[in-house]
Amino acid sequence: MPSSRWFAAADTAQVAAGVLLRTVTPAEWRAAAVDLARDGARLIALWADAATTPAVYGAFAIADRVLVLELAADAEVGYPGLEDLYPAANRMQRAAADLEGLRSTDRDLRPWLAHGTAPHDYAFVRVEGDGVHEIPVGPVHAGIIEPGHFRFSVVGEKVLRLEERLGYTHKGVERRFTELPIDAGIQLAARLCGDSAVAYSWAYAEALETLSAVEVPARAAWLRALCLELERIANHLGDLGALGNDAGFAFGLTQFSLLKERLVRANERAFGQRYLFDALVPGGVARDLAGAPELAACIAWIAAETQVLRDIYDEHSGLRGRFLGAGVVQPELAARLGLTGLVGRASGQAFDLRVDRPHGAYREFGVRACTSTDGDVAARVAIRFDELFESCRLVAGILAALPAGPYRTAVPRPPAGRLGIGLVEGWRGPVFVALVASPDGGIRRCHPHDPSWQNWPGLEHAIIDNIVADFPLINKSFNLAYSGHDL
Amino acid sequence: MLKTLRQIARCGIVSEPPPPPADELRLRAALQDEILAIMGRALCIRAVDAGSCNGCELEIQALSNPVYNIEGLGIRFVASPRHADLLLVTGPVSAHMRVALERTHAATPDPKRVVAVGDCGCTGGIFGERGASLGRVANVIPVDVAVPGCPPSPTRLLAAIRAAIAPAGRPREPGSSGR
Repeated sequence: MPSSRWFAAADTAQVAAGVLLRTVTPAEWRAAAVDLARDGARLIALWADAATTPAVYGAFAIADRVLVLELAADAEVGYPGLEDLYPAANRMQRAAADLEGLRSTDRDLRPWLAHGTAPHDYAFVRVEGDGVHEIPVGPVHAGIIEPGHFRFSVVGEKVLRLEERLGYTHKGVERRFTELPIDAGIQLAARLCGDSAVAYSWAYAEALETLSAVEVPARAAWLRALCLELERIANHLGDLGALGNDAGFAFGLTQFSLLKERLVRANERAFGQRYLFDALVPGGVARDLAGAPELAACIAWIAAETQVLRDIYDEHSGLRGRFLGAGVVQPELAARLGLTGLVGRASGQAFDLRVDRPHGAYREFGVRACTSTDGDVAARVAIRFDELFESCRLVAGILAALPAGPYRTAVPRPPAGRLGIGLVEGWRGPVFVALVASPDGGIRRCHPHDPSWQNWPGLEHAIIDNIVADFPLINKSFNLAYSGHDL
Repeated sequence: MLKTLRQIARCGIVSEPPPPPADELRLRAALQDEILAIMGRALCIRAVDAGSCNGCELEIQALSNPVYNIEGLGIRFVASPRHADLLLVTGPVSAHMRVALERTHAATPDPKRVVAVGDCGCTGGIFGERGASLGRVANVIPVDVAVPGCPPSPTRLLAAIRAAIAPAGRPREPGSSGR
């Protein structure tokens, strides 16, 4: 494989298990990105750090390995852009320019996360022609959901183009990290994207523990996996209900929202919180599991009830009519766009970190990857059902065989200036955290990356040629993050 | 269809009684009687995410599940601020959402109530009040009731919503008003 040469041990440093760091020149940056793209690597994250020596970073995943390229960047000249190889790089590069002032050489220089003083002047790409008009939606949306702006160009009922404008929930979290002690950073990490608190806090903890060369006790690692799967089940239950509702089947929302309520109450009994915001701490988990048999019984009940509801969904002709063939992303397009996580798996992108890089409980039980090549709303619904059952199986397995021993260990202050990486398969997809400590026990740089960066552009493609009225359904089938993306 | 009906029957009624209004969360007591005279006991809520992490939204969504059954109390979420009596606002308010929040507030007819939700809506929370984060909701629009928590439970949210519309300082039986 042409990309193998970039992994050569002599030129790389191992920054975590299976994660290599390589410093490159601008020419090598492009050449490596080309070789990696040719071998089917996926761009996990691209970010910049202008604090001391300005640099831009790209993290690429291929099979079970991750390669992080580090390029010293010149703020005047700009670094070589990668948009032609990895379309998702477009917005990441624009965000890096907004936040760190380092620009790429790609042509699209519109701001992304920075709205400036005239946010309504954003240069949307216009569609012209007879009968074409625009529908602006947001930032305040009609439901109880996060804010963002969608600009539809339509002719009649048909959507010709959708362009997203995000960044409304931008809260300056990367700067906020630098004001926190490195131990407290995990609390902010858990609140970057409220529905993925476990995924983010685990990725942050992993980055910190890698820097401090700490291995968490087996029981702690298993309890983290337990929390991550409980988070996946809760979100899938919420989405399955909302998807039924958006297709006009209110029964589905009522039923699934009841299952979700029972689950978060079980969470509260087991870990003291309905949503597991502060369940994880550096070095392990905040408290040991309470009431394993009750939690196991709740999960078994949820699995059984979900099977009943799946049969009802599968036999409901109205739902089938709305789900099948709506919002299709073909596998070839998904590969080209680098779609990831759940949305990617519904379009033939069979990647799951729990399968590709298993550790702890995941290695013990072996995760079955759930994939489809249909790429429509029905496929994204089916993946949620499949993954929910798989997560229930994992939870049952973990609860039955939880290793004894401590649930937490001390984490010494990490060395300053080195790059730590955390990478966790959250319910949406891979959640990535890059962390650099400062000498005084604080955080010099923290970049969290949500899989929604890769998948938002996929939604723009999924809606093409569908009718406007199907957008809420298609959008919900993606259910992407705003806060996690907006930083 | 038979399966659906059987599942509904099997489920039964799972709704729990609502909590009493949380008077201690009230920031402003003005206009109570006037509002009650106009709104009666029914209430339309517009939820506005002004920059939240999406955690509070999960608990606001839970209010509509059959256990909390907020619609059973005569309270409804509506899609337009022009239809709303009360804004349920999560934060911290991001600089980019400031104008949208101000406009949403302006578009809500008087008399109106505002409930700020969550630690971030109450104080700015872990995001603080600096740069892109403008902090608590009250920094941007007037707030009547503020309910802390990260996120506040549906029960606390319901108590706060009821505090925003219940007559101040009058003794009441739990669950007797708002029905």
